[in-house]
Amino acid sequence: MNPLALGAPAAPFSLIGVDGRQHSLADYAEKPIVVVIFSCNHCPYVRAWEDRMIAIQRDYAPKGVQFLVINANDPAKYPEDDFAHMQQRAAEKGFNFPYLRDETQEVARAYGATRTPEVFVFDSSRVLRYHGAIDDNYENPAAVRHHYLREALDALLIGAQPPVTQTPPVGCTVKWRA
Amino acid sequence: MRIQFLYYEDCPSHAAGLQRLREALAAEGIQAPIEIVKVETEAQAEALRFVGSPTILIDGVDIAPISGAARYRLTCRTYRLEDGRFAPLPSFEMIRAALQKAQRRA
Repeated sequence: MNPLALGAPAAPFSLIGVDGRQHSLADYAEKPIVVVIFSCNHCPYVRAWEDRMIAIQRDYAPKGVQFLVINANDPAKYPEDDFAHMQQRAAEKGFNFPYLRDETQEVARAYGATRTPEVFVFDSSRVLRYHGAIDDNYENPAAVRHHYLREALDALLIGAQPPVTQTPPVGCTVKWRA
Repeated sequence: MRIQFLYYEDCPSHAAGLQRLREALAAEGIQAPIEIVKVETEAQAEALRFVGSPTILIDGVDIAPISGAARYRLTCRTYRLEDGRFAPLPSFEMIRAALQKAQRRA
């Protein structure tokens, strides 16, 4: 499956969040940047990056950056990725972004997501400007050399091109339904 | 000493995990060969009691034993590091400590 190409428009969606509300991409139309992240509960790469996701959303929310984090994993294979566990994780970690359930996996397929976590950054026209990993070191936040997501956001917020537009997403595979 | 390294190819860090194991063995001066096992099916995961990739066994003992009921399946494994962080690989220190413990048992 090919991921959404750079320059492609964001695929619209409406998904239920752990807050019990439907969240659609259109709900965030006034935000200058939307970051769609395919994520989950069970994956160690997600867990390694989770605090950084929260920190980046916290740091960039005042600038109008909105994260929408989507879990599409098949809960039949990975029960810890079911909605109840998503609600639990969001509460435990104090997620500061909507955490959405893609039950049919149609959104993950529309974006061509293959890994968790996998980041898609859209500008104010909802055109894809960065795709890939959050940074270059899942293991040690103190050893990160390239903060891909932060650098892309910094660039887009001043109307510039992200210095790196594409990196290989690093993480667990999306768990597709049989 | 019997050293086994079990992995699932979909998890991207197995090469780094194997390298870390080799470094820990070298640091302890242990020259035992590493049995590398590629786990490819759910049935194999069940048979090997494979809780996730990578898993390192020293004389049959997991370097980070699972407490409570384990689920055997093809998945990436979460390790809890010494400082409380979660990671897809055990730290060098965790592997080394497990090797030292095994040496004391021998």
